[in-house]
Amino acid sequence: MSDVRERIEQIVKKDDIVLFMKGTALFPQCGFSSRAVAILDHLGVPFETVDVLQDAEIREGVKSYSDWPTVPQLYVKGEFVGGSDIMMEMFEAGELQQLLADRQIAKA
Amino acid sequence: MAAEQIESLIRAGIPDARVEILDLAGDGDHYEARVISESFRGQPRVKQHQRVYQALGGRMGNELHALKLSTAVPE
Repeated sequence: MSDVRERIEQIVKKDDIVLFMKGTALFPQCGFSSRAVAILDHLGVPFETVDVLQDAEIREGVKSYSDWPTVPQLYVKGEFVGGSDIMMEMFEAGELQQLLADRQIAKA
Repeated sequence: MAAEQIESLIRAGIPDARVEILDLAGDGDHYEARVISESFRGQPRVKQHQRVYQALGGRMGNELHALKLSTAVPE
């Protein structure tokens, strides 16, 4: 299990924005994942996705890593931000844009 | 999972919570929940949602597949 934690830590630290999701950005396999991708697309920032359906270890591991029971999960600069509901609430309040600006993440 | 069960689990975990459940698809599997509690005050949104998930005791993502969640403090 600690190996999974290390793997996840490497993944979330490798890129500024990482989204764990079901499916890919082009072909999301779940409505919640699709919504998360749509928000990031709209923000116009570069992001990396990890398809948990391709990796059972990551799929389970990411839930305990963040103490969060579901996928999608968004990480910014290695820090867990939330799932799709929180992304939507933050986006609508302008907080997600602010978070990215604070972390100095530029648009693509 | 029945809407009443979701509501009572959340109330058991967060006693002062006002809980509104919406059955989105009428299939007993896709719900929207709004949870309002004074005890959320000062807590970041992630923490508020985590407390609701804890109240649901591991059912989220299992028996309960789709729950669109929003949390707030009373105005």
